[in-house]
Amino acid sequence: MKKLMLGNEAFARGLYEGGCKIASSYPGTPSTEITEYTAKYDEIYAEWAPNEKVALEVAIGSSIAGARSFCGMKHVGLNVAADPLYTVSYTGVNGGLVIAVADDPGMHSSQNEQDSRHHAIASKVPMLEPADSAECKDYVVEGFKISEEFDTPVIIRLTTRVSHSQSSVKVCPREEAPLKEYVKNPQKYVMMPAMARGRHIFVEERTQKLIEFSETSKLNKVEINNTKIGIITSGIAYQYAKEALGDTVSYLKLGIVNPLPKKLIIDFAEKFETVYIIEELDDIIETHCKKLGLDVKGKELFGFIGELSQSIIAEKMLGKKLDYKEFPESVPVRPPVMCAGCPHRGVFSVLSKNKLMVSGDIGCYTLGASAPLSAMDTTICMGASISGLHGFNKARGTDSEKKSVAVIGDSTFMHSGMTGLVNVAYNTTNSTVLILDNSITGMTGHQHNPTTGYNLKGDVSAKVDLESLCRAIGIDRVRVVDPYDLAETEKAITEELEVDEPSVIISRRPCALLKYVKHKPALRVDRDKCKSCKMCMKIGCPAISMKDGKAEINHTQCVGCGVCMQKCKFDAIGGNE
Amino acid sequence: METKSIMIVGVGGQGSLLASRILGNVLLSQGFEVKVSEVHGMSQRGGSVVTYVKYGANVYSPVIEKGEADVIVAFELLEGARYVSYLKEGGHLIVSTQQIDPMPVITGAAQYPIQIIEKIKALGIDIIPIDALVLAEEAGNAKASNVVLMGVLSTKMGFDDNLWQKALEECVPAKFLELNKKAFDLGKNI
Repeated sequence: MKKLMLGNEAFARGLYEGGCKIASSYPGTPSTEITEYTAKYDEIYAEWAPNEKVALEVAIGSSIAGARSFCGMKHVGLNVAADPLYTVSYTGVNGGLVIAVADDPGMHSSQNEQDSRHHAIASKVPMLEPADSAECKDYVVEGFKISEEFDTPVIIRLTTRVSHSQSSVKVCPREEAPLKEYVKNPQKYVMMPAMARGRHIFVEERTQKLIEFSETSKLNKVEINNTKIGIITSGIAYQYAKEALGDTVSYLKLGIVNPLPKKLIIDFAEKFETVYIIEELDDIIETHCKKLGLDVKGKELFGFIGELSQSIIAEKMLGKKLDYKEFPESVPVRPPVMCAGCPHRGVFSVLSKNKLMVSGDIGCYTLGASAPLSAMDTTICMGASISGLHGFNKARGTDSEKKSVAVIGDSTFMHSGMTGLVNVAYNTTNSTVLILDNSITGMTGHQHNPTTGYNLKGDVSAKVDLESLCRAIGIDRVRVVDPYDLAETEKAITEELEVDEPSVIISRRPCALLKYVKHKPALRVDRDKCKSCKMCMKIGCPAISMKDGKAEINHTQCVGCGVCMQKCKFDAIGGNE
Repeated sequence: METKSIMIVGVGGQGSLLASRILGNVLLSQGFEVKVSEVHGMSQRGGSVVTYVKYGANVYSPVIEKGEADVIVAFELLEGARYVSYLKEGGHLIVSTQQIDPMPVITGAAQYPIQIIEKIKALGIDIIPIDALVLAEEAGNAKASNVVLMGVLSTKMGFDDNLWQKALEECVPAKFLELNKKAFDLGKNI
């Protein structure tokens, strides 16, 4: 039976069919749905771990225990999980271990555009790269086999367009992989120097065997159409090339992107007058070819930045450009915004008003950096808000401590904010940290985390008590505010900035999009009272606009949060009491 | 056959996901190879969202680019203007006349363009404006404007009506089915 499936859904199907038993991941666009779909299969235990490092360690543990195991993350998540990755490369596996990493060329929802193939090379772990949903499924099944045959974890690299495109997939039944026997083996699993030295030799030998495997593997496909132009490519770039160039050229489509074959590439390249390397982001295949002494063209045409596409390839290689008609005026951009009723808005409205230095973090609240709130100075990576603020304040001293805050979401705090807060307490700065607790992992589409009291399967679980946790870390001043109450929120922030000790303010209000959240009726503007001062516009609510010179509230969007009402000095907004 | 390209564009939260599922379902039942591509995550938060639907004998790239689309279905007027350059010569633009101000317009940094429909017509493009919101309310719920627009789209696709009805049955929860069938018919019969 053929079904239309997202790449991520097909990946999960591959885990099911491939006999996966344990899955542990941390959500991150564009990887999130893999684990969400995996959780729908009763045969697989699936969980959200607090971060990618924990998730990978869980999957390593279950692999050593003998179960086929999985761990999924976005590209930057692999940086967090790099520590276990580089050493599980040495230990190898017992039950097969497949790791998904989803890169985001074009940065649709990411803070950088890193090419995760570098991690595969550096950790000496094989990496596969599917080009559509059917391949996502097949490569997972194949990945488990490679993992067990070569005693190695296997990374499967996805990109946004593969993860989030639907194409047809033929589903097959599950092949059970019985739990393998666990035998204590410190030479293999205890990586202290004496043993690790032995395993490094194993790793280098394994790489040679994997190169031999890739020379003839069916995952690397040759399509000969003529002998003029040869294209070496992989993943989604193959689809773009095939669309732009069709059967006018020949292709070597690499399904195994690490380690790269040598003989296969040389034999292919020698057939053609010109060989082009078409790969998104970095020049990894191209550098490999040049090391093999091949004269190839690549990045000088296609560059290192952003997504490729059929039109880029057609233009660079064929000089072809399509005609189209543009709208005759500039069209205002429509950037993402905090939703109407978003609990983060109240906090950022106060931060903006008080012109504070805001050390930001990763989540929906990063949108607080955009106009009109414009209340964020830095965003680096998961957890950096708190540790970054500590460093900022160490550098600039007491004055800075009284004018700066860190903001971090509940899930991000559990991911890697906690350790930063430990540092604030331990090495003392009088930093003020705002935990924006909206009771869910918001940006990635509502995943549970250790503070929500529910697990991935939706069952009730242990719930981290943030107040107690912060106190246990050594922060004596911990208070909770409702971000819908601007006066209370401002009072708390002002007071905590003044005191000469570190403090945590938990801004607590669930995400307005959560199904269980009950909303008040929409607010209305009294046009007679409205003085057109636009104070209500300063909070950046998508439900408020100016119509015929007065403020107007869109009744289908407004959820009656009342933040705009508090900004209005003329009592012109109301009507939902 | 040559690959056909359809784009569904709108504002995050307008229901483009259901629309693309209905369309994908119809196309798959016809035996086409189908690719549907969307972007999740940050851009969904009230930002401009795009779904690409491509079908034919062989579909490679899941992405549609400027000058390639046979039909664009825009759930919002400004988004229709934004993506009009993606239409190929002779393509059709089905656009809801609903207007949602983007943040730069709300903050006063930019103006919502006026007379968008007239300006697109002046380009010689076949534009089909429709008050989908009013029709959806007539069907029973403003949120069904996505299905109203699928009804309009069905008139440009030339597939049997039964296929659309079946796709609706598969994609819409039973308790909303009647409402959505009504919304679809209102769109189909404009």
